[in-house]
Amino acid sequence: MFEGIVQAFHDAVSGFSNAVFVSVIKEDRYTYLVDGLLVSLQLTLIAAAIGVVIGLLVAVAKLQNLDSPSKNAFTRGLRKWIVGIANGYVSIIRGTPAVVQLLVIYFIIFGRVLQPIFPGVPDIMIASIAFGINSGAYVAEIIRAGIMAVDKGQTEAGRSLGLSSVTTMMFIVIPQAVKNVLPALVNELIVLFKETSVAGYIGLMDLTKGATTIGAVAYDYMIPLLCAAYIYFIITTVMTAGMNKLERRMRRGD
Amino acid sequence: MIEVQNLHKYFGELEVLKGVNVHINRGDCVCVVGPSGGGKSTFLRCINLLEVPTKGDIVIEGVSAMQNMRHIDTLREKVGMVFQQFNLFPHMSVLKNVTFAPVKLKKMTKEQAEKRGMELLERVGLAEKANEYPNRLSGGQKQRVAIARALAMEPDVLLFDEPTSALDPEMVGEVLEVMKQLAEAKTTMIVVTHEMGFAREVGNRVLFMDGGIVAEEGSPDDVFNHPKSERLKQFLSKVL
Repeated sequence: MFEGIVQAFHDAVSGFSNAVFVSVIKEDRYTYLVDGLLVSLQLTLIAAAIGVVIGLLVAVAKLQNLDSPSKNAFTRGLRKWIVGIANGYVSIIRGTPAVVQLLVIYFIIFGRVLQPIFPGVPDIMIASIAFGINSGAYVAEIIRAGIMAVDKGQTEAGRSLGLSSVTTMMFIVIPQAVKNVLPALVNELIVLFKETSVAGYIGLMDLTKGATTIGAVAYDYMIPLLCAAYIYFIITTVMTAGMNKLERRMRRGD
Repeated sequence: MIEVQNLHKYFGELEVLKGVNVHINRGDCVCVVGPSGGGKSTFLRCINLLEVPTKGDIVIEGVSAMQNMRHIDTLREKVGMVFQQFNLFPHMSVLKNVTFAPVKLKKMTKEQAEKRGMELLERVGLAEKANEYPNRLSGGQKQRVAIARALAMEPDVLLFDEPTSALDPEMVGEVLEVMKQLAEAKTTMIVVTHEMGFAREVGNRVLFMDGGIVAEEGSPDDVFNHPKSERLKQFLSKVL
């Protein structure tokens, strides 16, 4: 009976190690995971850069004061449009799933509308843009909250020195706003990184798609998917640790 | 040099200023006193257009502010302001706080501005704090830096909005001392204050504002020793 248990245990271990061998090592299948991770990271970084730029612009646009005395009807009208577009953009992005946005941008925007103007944009660029546009809406809301939390006296101090509203915003308000919301921005980066796991929908070989591809050829999804999950977890944990460190250092600076 | 003409300001339905006329001469140190809610701060904030007047005008060196809202930034360069809450830029060193605006607005090169900034910090007694950040300073020190920052733009007039009201009592003196030196150097100043001693000693004119108008004005002696209106007598009996 004791031998039976040992035998079963032995079988289980050898079965498991065999499964690992088939999923990860045989025919260099681990390269699907490594290459996939690189694609996921690349998507995340480019999308984050795009997202921060969009987020800053949209945050500032949303904070346009429609009541402020404007010089003429044209700038007043323009302001109204800018605020409208910024609000619409944020509502649409937050109200639809990222996968749908990705598919729309891939198949409709780049596949149809922009096809004659920009043919042959690499898929990874299209996906980066799509994720960037998605992330921008969330970044905009984070930064908007950050800007609103900066004391109004800061703007007044800047303006009273003769600085323009743009200079005051760029050099006095936004640096303080971003500093205040840095933890939330890192959190958004983590969300974005996980969000890129849907890139397989347009045929990109990201980490998740790499794992399911192994699953298909090895007839076993368990090991590759667990590996992918583990890799996602490690990366996000590192990001969280980085964020905590940043937060601590910033608190010291205050 | 500054003409405040028939200044009215509404906040929604509330009329805060009900027609203020004041003429400010070069070298004046005008102290504005009066009860809270009397329109003192709003009056001051209208002068550099942090609040846009509803009616009336501010004429600075012959230039109408209301007709030049487009060039509001250039007008503000000439009108420095010191706030109750200091409003130093927390992400910049003390020296950078002082030099940022002159450099950004291309009034001076970085080197010139830093030289001038150090002179100004010297003047307010904080040269050794030049490389500290504002959060390392006491309230009184912050306010003195704020004064140096406003001076760095070489304004024609300095506005003080209750500069000592947010300070611990033992720090009030150091700030008033700096302001006194400025007044003695014939800097044009308008000071909204609750420091009656300062108004009496340093101001050459005192405005008593109540209910959105200048209810009484005159030399410190007139206002403090020979008040005419009942309202001013009442006010003085409470604060002196």
